[in-house]
Amino acid sequence: MSGYPPEVRKLIQVVEDTRRDRLKAPAPRRLTLEERENLVKAWHPDYKPELKRPLRIGVSKGLVVYSVIADILESWPIVKPGDVDLTNVDYDADVLIIGSGGAGLAAAWWAVRSGLDPSRIIIATKLRLGDSNTIKYQSGTQAATGPDDNPIIHFLDTIAGAHFTNNPKLVKVLAEEAPFIIRWLEDLGVRWSRVGDDLERLPGGGATRARLHCSGDYTGLEVMRVLKDEVRSLGVQILEFHPAVELLTNPSTGGVSGAILYNLDTKEYKIARSKVVVLATGGLGRLHIAGFPTTNHYGATGDGLVLAYRVGAGLVDLDTLQYHPTGVAWPEAILGELIPEKTRSIGGQLLNVKGERFIYELEPRDVVASAIIRECVEGRGVLTPTGTCGVWLDTPLIEVLKGPGTIKREIPALYRMFMRHGIDITQEPILTYPTLHYQNGGVLIDEWTHVLRPSGEAIPGLLAAGEVTGGIHGRNRLVGNSTADIFVFGRRAGIEAAKLTRETTVIEISLKHLESFIADLKSIGVPEKRKAPILLPDYRGEAVLKRIIEL
Amino acid sequence: MSQAPLRRYITIFFNGEAYSVPHGLTIMKALEYAGFRFTRGSGCRGGFCGACPVVYRLPGDYKIRVGLACQTPVEDGMYISLIPYVPLVEYVPRREELKPDAGYVLKLYPEISRCVSCNACSKACPQGLSPMDAIQAILRGDLRKAAELTFDCIACGLCSLRCPAEIRHPAVFRLVGRIVGVYYMPRSRSVEQRVKEIESGRFNNAFAKLLSMDPGSLRKIYDEYLKTGRLPGDLEV
Ligand SMILES: Cc1cc2nc3c(=O)[nH]c(=O)nc-3n(C[C@H](O)[C@H](O)[C@H](O)COP(=O)(O)OP(=O)(O)OC[C@H]3O[C@@H](n4cnc5c(N)ncnc54)[C@H](O)[C@@H]3O)c2cc1C
Ligand code: SF4
Ligand code: SF4
Ligand code: FES
Repeated sequence: MSGYPPEVRKLIQVVEDTRRDRLKAPAPRRLTLEERENLVKAWHPDYKPELKRPLRIGVSKGLVVYSVIADILESWPIVKPGDVDLTNVDYDADVLIIGSGGAGLAAAWWAVRSGLDPSRIIIATKLRLGDSNTIKYQSGTQAATGPDDNPIIHFLDTIAGAHFTNNPKLVKVLAEEAPFIIRWLEDLGVRWSRVGDDLERLPGGGATRARLHCSGDYTGLEVMRVLKDEVRSLGVQILEFHPAVELLTNPSTGGVSGAILYNLDTKEYKIARSKVVVLATGGLGRLHIAGFPTTNHYGATGDGLVLAYRVGAGLVDLDTLQYHPTGVAWPEAILGELIPEKTRSIGGQLLNVKGERFIYELEPRDVVASAIIRECVEGRGVLTPTGTCGVWLDTPLIEVLKGPGTIKREIPALYRMFMRHGIDITQEPILTYPTLHYQNGGVLIDEWTHVLRPSGEAIPGLLAAGEVTGGIHGRNRLVGNSTADIFVFGRRAGIEAAKLTRETTVIEISLKHLESFIADLKSIGVPEKRKAPILLPDYRGEAVLKRIIEL
Repeated sequence: MSQAPLRRYITIFFNGEAYSVPHGLTIMKALEYAGFRFTRGSGCRGGFCGACPVVYRLPGDYKIRVGLACQTPVEDGMYISLIPYVPLVEYVPRREELKPDAGYVLKLYPEISRCVSCNACSKACPQGLSPMDAIQAILRGDLRKAAELTFDCIACGLCSLRCPAEIRHPAVFRLVGRIVGVYYMPRSRSVEQRVKEIESGRFNNAFAKLLSMDPGSLRKIYDEYLKTGRLPGDLEV
């Protein structure tokens, strides 16, 4: 039943026919820096001006961001002032945490540890507790724990990886506190992979020391298993299937004082009032920017950016996104899922439909991604059974080069993933295409996770941590640094939230911040049916959507 | 580019209704194509989270099969029913309450001792695990083995739905995993050591220096470091 259909098997013939000659032929030469730049500028989505535009309203008016992001930032709120009754408060809390990935759960844990009553902490999350990007992470978490390593080197690697575009103050916190995070998670019972009595440390692109800490092939699953258990056992209040659709603000200070939640089952709104709000909503892969598939979970729709922008948050680096060069292009069941870099470093070759190598496979990620896109756009790609385009990744060659058994030993998770769909990658090549992976930039924060206005002034009552924030990774994130980020800054958000609650006495709620925002929306003529946050992507078939009548 | 292969359409049955959907989609995507929009029953969409258990039947076969909606391709004539969640009663003890012995696990989940070794659980597991062997390991008192066997458990609950002994596998396996993580893993001294160094302020001067530099100077230091493998004297720690 599964496996490649006959028409694709015909195309695989070319890969097999050329394999012997490719074994003998020299590798494509490495590009010069100038050639790299030209390739990336020609084909990488970050360099396509037509995919971006300046914001027309709001505190960062004029800032250039991806147009899809601009569209959600310039959308009508789901609830308008007057639509909802703010006098009936459903939930009263000290801290409201929005989102339950690694950042949100770390914030909750540390808020309790900092002395807050767990029953006064609410986690409101879109899907189930822990449904997030964090649960999917595999490669590991960077932390300078090795004897040959130190936080200074981690700091420099991170800054250089981002081409010197990050906020060094945030990177210092990241590098200095990451080892502490590894120990904290170890204390909670995370089973980090070990060599003997010490933790295993793996190398990663852009890191000059081996400092990736993983938990087999299921790092995120293990870390989240532990964190969900911890947060539940502490007695933190958890509201599942209750995404936040708008923040609430104090009408006199403009500070944040809660959120409007939306029950996805009953479609009711709920009012949650709190002294402090922690935004931990993660990234935006499900917006499929420039039509890319994504590695992200179902709820990654950039909601936090929308909520924060409406209350005046500054934004950074939203004109750049990370596209992983090798996502799965087919089978559709695993479309967009990651094919690890290792597949190429142990000998897998990238080929176009004619069976030709078109790039040295271990060029930097953005360069490889650009070359694959070029092959497809210029008509040398392989059409997949679902009508999308990809190129071949010749995996059987690995076994020819390195001996039978190499694949099962070196990339077992990938082997299993494809086997489930009837494709034995030791025998047949893989169809691959770049996939939307990570939101490099986001909401502006300081070292203690206060959300800042573009002026640098903190918005009272609002903290943010994780992929929703920007500045830590500048315009390019290194592998393993995002999960260091979410736990380091999630922890800080929890500690800071506890502190802020002690300084807050009165909590007044309103939707006052929407008044001027709505006036701005009207002034630029945004159609009222364009609403955000998006909450969930809509994958319904076109034939159905054309005839849909919403009751 | 080569010629687009023609898309084949097949018929699936959901809630008793027939829908024509493209061949090659997963159950999740096929239902979306047919017009359903998930709120429950869809999480990671990549086989990591266990949000999407499904039961189905194939034409001409009376057997009920199970799988993950985000990983199972549709087949012609498939009858589908989704299970958005499995309502198991679970215990979530605090870390301090965990005890490193199988007796503790059995006390919380006494039904474990009723396992009849039918292996229905293992046949159901979409991760290809052997929950039966893990349950038997617990009964032998070998929590370490049980944790190892179920490390890849995504808590979909399908095994529990099949189990004649009503065993709550995902809850049991999570508990065992936590006990092993908390009690049986050796503590890493190097991490402890590094945390102490940082807390003692060993890197403060170097960081102060780095934070006073502009991007141009940082670039120079890094270039030099890549060439020589060494940091300038005042950054060496
Ligand atoms: C497949 C994959 C592999 C990766 N591998 C690695 C790796 O090896 N190493 C690494 O460092 N990084 C990796 N990353 C990146 C890293 O996993 C993420 O950047 C990180 O986990 C983000 O954590 P977070 O807590 O900020 O967001 P998430 O974990 O995505 O959590 C966000 C939470 O907010 C919720 N939410 C969203 N909107 C709302 C709303 N409106 N209201 C309420 N709740 C909402 C979501 O449902 C979710 O619970 C990987 C990412 C993916 C997708
Ligand atoms: S052991 Fe049970 S709960 Fe875990 S993945 Fe397998 S079937 Fe699902
Ligand atoms: S299904 Fe239940 S009774 Fe049967 S082997 Fe598995 S755990 Fe034991
Ligand atoms: S949606 Fe996560 S396993 Fe299917």
